[in-house]
Amino acid sequence: MDAALIPKGAKRCPLWQFLAGLTPVALILLWGVYAMLLCWMKGLNQTNMNNAYGFALWIWADLAVIALGGGAFFSGFLKYLVGKDELKNIINYAVLIGFVCYSSALLILAIDIGQPLRGWFIFWHANIHSMLTEVAFCLTCYFFVLTIEYLPLMLENRQLDRIPFFHKLSHNMHEIMAIFAATGAFLSFFHQGSLGGVAGVLFGRPFGFREHILIWPFTFFLFTWSAAAYGPCFTIMITKITEKITRKKLVKDNVIWLLAKISGWMMLTYAVAKTLDTIYWASVTVPEKGFALSYFYTNNALYGYWILFVELVLCGWVPALLLVSRKTRENNKILWLAVILGVIGVSLNRWVMVLQVLAVPVLPFLQWVLYYPSWQEVATTILPVAYGIILISLSYRYLPIFPQEAELNPIEPPPVAEAQEAGPEIEPDSPEASGGDLQPAQA
Amino acid sequence: MFPFSFEWIWDLGHMVFHGGLWYALTIIGLGMTYCVIKAVLDTQKDNGSHHH
Repeated sequence: MDAALIPKGAKRCPLWQFLAGLTPVALILLWGVYAMLLCWMKGLNQTNMNNAYGFALWIWADLAVIALGGGAFFSGFLKYLVGKDELKNIINYAVLIGFVCYSSALLILAIDIGQPLRGWFIFWHANIHSMLTEVAFCLTCYFFVLTIEYLPLMLENRQLDRIPFFHKLSHNMHEIMAIFAATGAFLSFFHQGSLGGVAGVLFGRPFGFREHILIWPFTFFLFTWSAAAYGPCFTIMITKITEKITRKKLVKDNVIWLLAKISGWMMLTYAVAKTLDTIYWASVTVPEKGFALSYFYTNNALYGYWILFVELVLCGWVPALLLVSRKTRENNKILWLAVILGVIGVSLNRWVMVLQVLAVPVLPFLQWVLYYPSWQEVATTILPVAYGIILISLSYRYLPIFPQEAELNPIEPPPVAEAQEAGPEIEPDSPEASGGDLQPAQA
Repeated sequence: MFPFSFEWIWDLGHMVFHGGLWYALTIIGLGMTYCVIKAVLDTQKDNGSHHH
């Protein structure tokens, strides 16, 4: 039924099967939309946020997807600016994943501000003393860049590409994509950094506060570095999941291994920097502020030393070392393990820097404040996941996302007997005769 | 915010923040304008060569 839209040389499941698979995801999406509308119509009293938690599950999700979407800017940087040409075989998917992550982040922010109609205030009535203003500027601009990077992919749909204007537009955009990629890398450096900077400048909250280099706290650099390190990990993980679901090899191993190797070295250097930062914070900053390290990890039901161990060692050093070593990186199971640990690690880091920071008491007479999200918060946080699955599924089905797919999964020609049987039923000029490929209107 | 808005102040913060924003938007805008205009011209050129 939709054969004419499916990329040339690619095989897809029947439309009914595709739609049946998406139905449960669409239902989850509707649940999220319902919760979103409740938040917009009834207000933020639908959430469990309070005076202690101005930032909550949404901001954690926001920071996590922005870090995980970092694969787009870093892959673009590597391909267009460093010249790692092999990455052209995965860059489309990295862009798509980045687009999903950043559009999700903006959607979450639109819910979180409570009054989305006033979203433009941050641009017009900008508080230039806030790192979040810079985040809003860069995030929005980078979303434009990602849209520009995703647009040529959409225009390469088999039918859209037949329209001469779209074909040429897509071609022109590819030609100057390096400029957009450089702009994206510039914007990403600053917004990733400023997201980290928000916690690092909180001098009233010693758990988050870090020493500065000029006006930037260490967390500024750690956040940018971790997004560049773990973003590609997420790209690899989603690629692997897509390969499992479609039961196809979509990207050659050498491309995955190259990205894993770069990601591994970035993660290793990040692990070194993060460990040094933690040691300095624990041994110098915390005592200077009048606290002991144990103050931040005891006397509460959730946040113990275990979280520091999991973030730094289990999901920091371990996946980094696994990806740096060629032997372990090229073992499929260990690669899976390393990228999953990496994704958990960076998400946990964002949790710690958003939620644990707010949980720690800042005055002697205060207690730890733990927070449980309301169902509306959970539903609206799952909403972008459902949206992402739908957009990725549609893009995979109708767009040439994976340049190596046709080569890795050649379509076998139908048996001679079948072809002869089908022959008389198909008109030579019909779309089915050319595998659903319509002839150009201009030709 | 533009420099002619009543809230604007000529200080480093406003110039850096808004300068960066307009700089990025200008690159994005000019890049897309170039692509669209070139695509229109290329398409017209192709149509012209078909007619002759």
